[in-house]
Amino acid sequence: MRVRAQMSMMFHLDKCIGCHTCSVACKNLWTDRDGAEYMWWNNVETRPGTGYPTGWEDQDHYKGGWKFIEEGKITLRLQNKPEALANLFFNPVLPQLEDYYDPYTHKYSNLFDAPASDEQPTAIPISLITGEPIGISSSPNWDDDLGGSELYARNDLSLDGLDPGVREQMEEIERVVFNYLPRICNHCLNPACVGACPSKAIYKRAEDGIVLVNEDKCRAWRMCVSACPYKKVYYNWSTGKSEKCILCFPRMEVGESPACAHSCVGRIRYMGVLLYDADVIESAASVPDDQLLAAQLDAILDPSDPAVIAAARDAGIGEDWLDVARRSPVYQFVKVWGIALPLHPEFRTMAMMFYVPPLSPVVSTIENKVVKLDISNKLEDFELFDHLDKARLPVQYLANLFSVGNEAVIRQILRKMYAVRIYKRHQSLNGGVVDDATRKLLASADLNENEAEAIYKLTTVPTIDERFVLPPYHREVTIEQLNDPLAYKGAVGMGYIEEPRRGW
Amino acid sequence: MSETLSVMLFVVLPYAALALAIIVSVLRWREAPFSISSLSTQLLESRKLFWGSIPFHWGIIFILTGHIFVLFLPSTVDWWNGVPLRLYALEITGVALALWALFGMVVLTYRRLSNSKVRRVTTPMDYVVLTILFVQIISGLWVAIGLRFGAAWATGVVVPYIWSLVVLQPKPELISPFPLVLQIHVVAFWVFLAVFPFTRLVHILTYPVMYVTKPWQKVVANVPNTKVR
Repeated sequence: MRVRAQMSMMFHLDKCIGCHTCSVACKNLWTDRDGAEYMWWNNVETRPGTGYPTGWEDQDHYKGGWKFIEEGKITLRLQNKPEALANLFFNPVLPQLEDYYDPYTHKYSNLFDAPASDEQPTAIPISLITGEPIGISSSPNWDDDLGGSELYARNDLSLDGLDPGVREQMEEIERVVFNYLPRICNHCLNPACVGACPSKAIYKRAEDGIVLVNEDKCRAWRMCVSACPYKKVYYNWSTGKSEKCILCFPRMEVGESPACAHSCVGRIRYMGVLLYDADVIESAASVPDDQLLAAQLDAILDPSDPAVIAAARDAGIGEDWLDVARRSPVYQFVKVWGIALPLHPEFRTMAMMFYVPPLSPVVSTIENKVVKLDISNKLEDFELFDHLDKARLPVQYLANLFSVGNEAVIRQILRKMYAVRIYKRHQSLNGGVVDDATRKLLASADLNENEAEAIYKLTTVPTIDERFVLPPYHREVTIEQLNDPLAYKGAVGMGYIEEPRRGW
Repeated sequence: MSETLSVMLFVVLPYAALALAIIVSVLRWREAPFSISSLSTQLLESRKLFWGSIPFHWGIIFILTGHIFVLFLPSTVDWWNGVPLRLYALEITGVALALWALFGMVVLTYRRLSNSKVRRVTTPMDYVVLTILFVQIISGLWVAIGLRFGAAWATGVVVPYIWSLVVLQPKPELISPFPLVLQIHVVAFWVFLAVFPFTRLVHILTYPVMYVTKPWQKVVANVPNTKVR
């Protein structure tokens, strides 16, 4: 057992209101630069939808992630190693700027400088790259809240395999349903971007699992952009280097949560340490599709297990990190309660960001212009719990997103979430008294009252310290080992950092 | 050609160019690693790049390999060219590859000039590089087609001249009496070598051949003296 620590984020999708505050916080902090305008290290997609860049999940098109060959053997879908060297001059599957969007601004100066005329001057849209006027044909989140759903939502790959009747229902305006999917880099255990980088400029940090691009080594071979199945590595056309979400490590190293998580209005994001076994990564990533999810979750270790603690100490993980790992909210959701899943485990990169799937309303029908819920009148609390097929968001759709099509996993999670709701509703309506039927229902969802209370607390009323349990990085100590502080006395920062300008 | 000019172009220039190439490349590698990149523009424009980049790069790589082969095994090349049919085969292959590379160059140049996004990321140095490469390819083609046969020129004149530079007993007199276009081809290479470390051409040095030997994954400890296990 080789224990390593991973900083992990969890998204409680049932709480996401799709406000894009995370995206804006990230953009203002990191990608408000030449060459990075089109990048959204954090973006929020409306689901069903094709996302950003358009259709990123279609690996037949983009060739991202790992391909299963046989038990114990996988390879990059993009390339084998000699192919990489041959394709350096022209990457056959590189997404184009149009797949993201053509970045633009408006020529506001025209409002002041326009010559006298009978018409009002306008701020025409101009390209952020060339400065020339452009017609805008797409932009991030043009599909927000199912806008243009004919173009976007209908082409969502995760709708594949759904019953045509169900698909038709989802498209009817009265029954329409959508949820939001915030995405950042998944800081995978088996990152395809690292595997694809010919210069080996991308690496995973040992101490916290953050995947970073060493831009001094990046030579713009751009294989990472294609290989990442989540399309979360971006090519900066101005500096000629690849860039990606850095999980705000400069913030975390001083004890602050990442900007996207910190600014989250719906408080849907949780940060915590997960311990994982580096020895099993390779084998867990190369099992058949139906075992993938379980194999990945098995790679995450129990921080209270004495054997794990001993192995972690042996690997140089400090007591303070172990303590933080034991209090990790992400560990609670993912492993203890088992209600959070990685996005698209079938990409085999072992994504380390987790999602609690969203609940959805009951399917309704319209009879004589009256909206009628598609449930019996009895037991209105229990209807969805026992009839998840009546949920407007099809279980199969969620299974295609989070569990390689395994509906049983999703059903179990949704039942737990409904059970907590029903339990808390009964408790508050009956003055704190819970009846036997509700207790039975809890048990049938594989929960006890303590767990239900804990899930309720961490879901609805967590404090910021409960949501973000961050480890101490001790950068003040490590930086002294890398650089002699006296040598940099009076300087700003430690050492000279080259300005990120386009090469010559 | 005056003797001074001959010494300047065929002795001083090559040594100066080589010194620049080595020293500046090393300095740049050490002091400004961020500046080293192939500066791909594929994100901005892909279709024309396909028709430009692939013919240009592969054409140049094969041509260059041929030149290096001649440099190290001139007698083998002479033996091969002893039979006219084989000489024609070699010459035709060489010309075809050069034309292929030239076609790529033309497409790449047209793309750079015509696409406003690509123009946005073009520096004056890129035009210098394009000009030198054009001179190099066209003069080479000229030697091959206009002054038959290039292969013979190479083994008989250029290879001894290059080796004379290598062994520090330069013999510019080998080159100076020969046709201007051959001299242009040689001088253009020294100029190429001199500007090499100052341009995006340094990406040639970073061609990642070691990739095939390395494991897929890479884990780095930020803390020194920590064993990454």
